[in-house]
Amino acid sequence: MNLLHYWRAMWGIIWRELWRFVTQRERFISALVRPLVWLFVFAAGFRAALGLAITPPYETYILYEVYITPGLIGMIQLFNGMQSSLSMVYDREMGSMRILMVCPLPRWFLLLSKLLAGTGVSILQAYAFLTIAWFYDIQAPWQGYLWVLPALMLVGLMLGALGLLLSSFIKQLENFAGVMNFVIFPMFFMSTALYPLWKIKESSALLYNLAQYNPFSQAVELIRFALYGQFNQATFIYTFVAFIVFMAAAIIGYNPSKGMMMKKGGA
Amino acid sequence: MKKNVLGLFLTAVLTGTAQAETVFVTLEKDNALAVVDPIAGKLIKTVNVGQRPRGIAISSDNKFLYVATSDDNTIRIIDAETLKETGKLPSGEDPETFALNPAGDRLYASNEDDSLVTVIDIAKKKAVKQIKVGVEPEGIATSPDSRWVVSASETTNMVHWIDTKTNAIVDNTLVDPRPRSLGFTADSQQLWVTSEMAGTLMILDVKTKQIIKTVKFEVQGVTADKIQPVGVVIDKDRKRGYVALGPANRVAVINAQTFEVERYLLVGQRVWNLAFSPDQKRLYTTNGTSNDISIIDLDNQKVTKSVGVGTYPWGVAVKP
Repeated sequence: MNLLHYWRAMWGIIWRELWRFVTQRERFISALVRPLVWLFVFAAGFRAALGLAITPPYETYILYEVYITPGLIGMIQLFNGMQSSLSMVYDREMGSMRILMVCPLPRWFLLLSKLLAGTGVSILQAYAFLTIAWFYDIQAPWQGYLWVLPALMLVGLMLGALGLLLSSFIKQLENFAGVMNFVIFPMFFMSTALYPLWKIKESSALLYNLAQYNPFSQAVELIRFALYGQFNQATFIYTFVAFIVFMAAAIIGYNPSKGMMMKKGGA
Repeated sequence: MKKNVLGLFLTAVLTGTAQAETVFVTLEKDNALAVVDPIAGKLIKTVNVGQRPRGIAISSDNKFLYVATSDDNTIRIIDAETLKETGKLPSGEDPETFALNPAGDRLYASNEDDSLVTVIDIAKKKAVKQIKVGVEPEGIATSPDSRWVVSASETTNMVHWIDTKTNAIVDNTLVDPRPRSLGFTADSQQLWVTSEMAGTLMILDVKTKQIIKTVKFEVQGVTADKIQPVGVVIDKDRKRGYVALGPANRVAVINAQTFEVERYLLVGQRVWNLAFSPDQKRLYTTNGTSNDISIIDLDNQKVTKSVGVGTYPWGVAVKP
């Protein structure tokens, strides 16, 4: 087993995912429409809701649209992570998962490749969104568009790992609605994606704490700072640790001798 | 040798460009003057100046600041380097705004309560004349060609054209309700006047003294009653003019040729007065109720930073 095998397998998985993404035009459009609806409709309605307080990384007053843009990028990556997990369940039901899993390479490597593939797709979506936002006069400093790339990679991996972990629990496609209700919505709404922490604190201390420790909040803040050319160490560490924890749990989850597969009676 | 000369030249150029201008802001509630380094985006210090400082201007040689301390009924002369007071000017009662003539030897102050404009000889520190104008005069401006002083009366809804040679009103123009601020174009051909109540900007032709264009401001998501235009400045090439829209928290950017509003820039709360940097690459705004000033990069037409300065920032002047 040499490196070439690893490379071929990884590239095969990534290519399949990218190909699937490019050919499914509806998927690409729907992935963009969701955050754009939030940006053009929701943000327009809440224009004045943010009140006046300058919080880092912003150095002056901003419109609500500008505030929620990093949150909507997080949303793209969150949905993409969950979508990847959905496709894992689908693959499992269709049997293509079996082909992947019999590949004579370590399981963690296959999962990581799958994760990288999903992250690549989410980064393409995020940049497409940022391009449209740019024409809508939501413009970050140009360096920000470079700095945000590593942030998008880490956040994509973290949310993808969470998706993988969840997919190891889900037996059937129908159960995905549960993921929607119990994971995506609470994670998204209890975060700094739509409102800053100080605003949440004004209404509830409990919500404030939940939002603060929500890994999605930390991920959104990492993106927000990076988009304005700043590196926020605390959010980076938090997101990185969350990635490691979710990934380790997903690898265990997909281990037939120990994980959820065993309990469910195999893939 | 040549290299050394070039090196010296480059150093001079570099240090020259790195030398930041200084922004002075009057703080109406703090009775103080804030000194800001706008390049670093930092408040350097705050010094006490007298009761309720509002109008501010810098002398033509950039050595002195004139600060109207309304509740002390005087205009103070402050050394722009040491920030120590060097004298006072007899401004009459409750001076709020004033204008310097281009030569820098005369100062024209509005006395709101007495419906007067006081003409002050700066060198002699003497009031040479008081001119009766309409009720509640506030905005005042001198034309760059030194021909006119124009005073706006908030309650009479008029601008009064004062001939600088005779110090007498020679004409009046009826304008939209509550005219607040005035600005001449650099060629002295137009006078721009803002109306707080109507939410408009009027462009007056100096020759005919008639309104040639009225610009109505409308900001998406902001109710009309909050659009209260105040400070107005026009760049020296007459490409763009800028109007502070008060509680609308925006600065309107106006094409000075077509008079179309190009965009609205979000700044702090109740934006009041405006001042250009000496190279006109930046615009500084005083934001009355959010207690800060906003710095606008004019090349990119973007607000780059807001800097906290103290309570109720009112007037702004820039020293190169």
